[in-house]
Amino acid sequence: MSKEKIQICEDLADIMPPEYHKLVESATFGNQDRGWKDIGSSTELIEQHSLCAGCPESIAFRYILASLPAPEDTVFVGSTGCTSLVFPHVAVHNIHSLFGNQNAIASGLKRTLKSRFPDVEKDVVVLAGDGATVDIGLDMTMQSWFRQEKFTTICFDNELYANTGGQESGLMQKGFVAKMAPKGKNFEKVRLPEIAREAGCAYVALLTVSKPNRVEQVIKNAVLIAREVGPTFVQLYTPCILEIGKQSMEGLDEMKDSESIGGRFVQKEYISDEAQKLLDSIKIETKERKKAAKEAAKKPVNA
Amino acid sequence: MSHYEVKAGPEAFLPPAAATMGNILPDPGEAHIGGKIVPEEEAYEHAARKILGAKVPTIFPGPLVLWKWNDHVAAKAKAIRELANEVPMRLIPMADYRPKYPKIDAAVEINPNHPNLTIWHNKIDVCIFIGVHCHQANLALKMIRASTNCYTMAMCAMAGHEDACLSFRDADLEKIQRLTAAVKKLKAEGVEVQANSFTQFQMDRSGFVVEPVN
Ligand SMILES: Cc1ncc(C[n+]2csc(CCOP(=O)(O)OP(=O)(O)O)c2C)c(N)n1
Ligand code: SF4
Ligand SMILES: [Mg+2]
Repeated sequence: MSKEKIQICEDLADIMPPEYHKLVESATFGNQDRGWKDIGSSTELIEQHSLCAGCPESIAFRYILASLPAPEDTVFVGSTGCTSLVFPHVAVHNIHSLFGNQNAIASGLKRTLKSRFPDVEKDVVVLAGDGATVDIGLDMTMQSWFRQEKFTTICFDNELYANTGGQESGLMQKGFVAKMAPKGKNFEKVRLPEIAREAGCAYVALLTVSKPNRVEQVIKNAVLIAREVGPTFVQLYTPCILEIGKQSMEGLDEMKDSESIGGRFVQKEYISDEAQKLLDSIKIETKERKKAAKEAAKKPVNA
Repeated sequence: MSHYEVKAGPEAFLPPAAATMGNILPDPGEAHIGGKIVPEEEAYEHAARKILGAKVPTIFPGPLVLWKWNDHVAAKAKAIRELANEVPMRLIPMADYRPKYPKIDAAVEINPNHPNLTIWHNKIDVCIFIGVHCHQANLALKMIRASTNCYTMAMCAMAGHEDACLSFRDADLEKIQRLTAAVKKLKAEGVEVQANSFTQFQMDRSGFVVEPVN
């Protein structure tokens, strides 16, 4: 069904450059079980990126795009920052919003899509930096949670304003010295996962993007829970290697260090009871569906 | 406010947006030629003459007609192909709007971030945008006017483009077909096609099926 939506008009197909043919023929649109393992064997929904070489945001984008349950029916809302450089290269509908406004835009968008397409599940996913989410956009972020707007908010937490050269952000660690915060930060890192839980998010996750299977699971949980239950929030550590003085190969180590015992990014999840029930039922459904598919594949064709 | 004529460039490094010069968009049933509001009928003939008189007339189909959003769009795509075959005109797609790295292949693509590259490379002297989202079309049209001598036209599905040298509005399947009919009519009346001969390229997932020959 969904694969039918991503087609090139037959009469003009032969003038389209190869990458669009590949996208239609071998991307994973419409595959219910799509995930990070498709990377490398199917066409990804990101063509190129314009981030610094080795920036963990780029791999985070790849994992997220591979894990969305229904990319053909998803609209991203982005905000100004390094993430916004990537959206023009992404084969999923997306809206760029004024810095900080992303959750307000997403609230309106989700409501509008609901009334415009009452029979189709349209997923709205905000993806913005920590400056946009916690500082300038905190009002909009929290209002959308208070109001139980049913969409997912993903924050790429690189603990500073990377795109403008390294200013202090609410998610920066206490004492950290950045290029444009030379005196060091005076306050603690804002505890956004706890704030999200208290503000009404049905599902909250904090983790790094060092392990693709974890990112996949969290993104799927967040989007599916947002459809049925309420707002969801995912905070991903995507260190800005440029601003913390790392080489392009060192992003992974930085993430691994930060998620080891006692680190700032030890994985945590908050799941409301209602959301947990939904996850349990999805698990059972998926298991049964896969079992049925396996049985069907076993049966001889002419039986 | 004085009338600002939207002509083929090169006009300046940064030409003014026609709207800031007081140019307004046509009402339904109208079009504009050079910024002057005219009955739509007049614009078909003018556009057809421009196309037939060009050395390298080219259609730039955008995402709204390249991707099969629904059956109506597929019918539009067919009509665009018929228009191209009738003249004949080249077809060069604007498949999306991303800046491409390291660079676009100007022989077979156009991009709103630097549309002049495609115009220069192919020496396009008359072009028509069909199915390009308004904000990207306005940018591209202004850049073409800034740095090339290409005459621009827009088959706009919304309210028209003041930054094109000629613009239709509310373009649907029928309007594309009416433009083709206008070309046919002029040809029947003896207006000769001035276009250079060329081979339309064709591509699939592994690259060229037919390479462009100018
Ligand atoms: C309304 C507004 N205020 C300020 C800016 C300047 N600005 C651009 S990017 C940015 C910081 C982005 O930081 P963050 O959200 O953490 O994203 P990152 O670049 O770190 O990924 C700022 C302040 C802007 N573009 N718009
Ligand atoms: S400045 Fe930092 S966050 Fe932005 S692309 Fe470079 S490494 Fe990534
Ligand atoms: Mg940041």
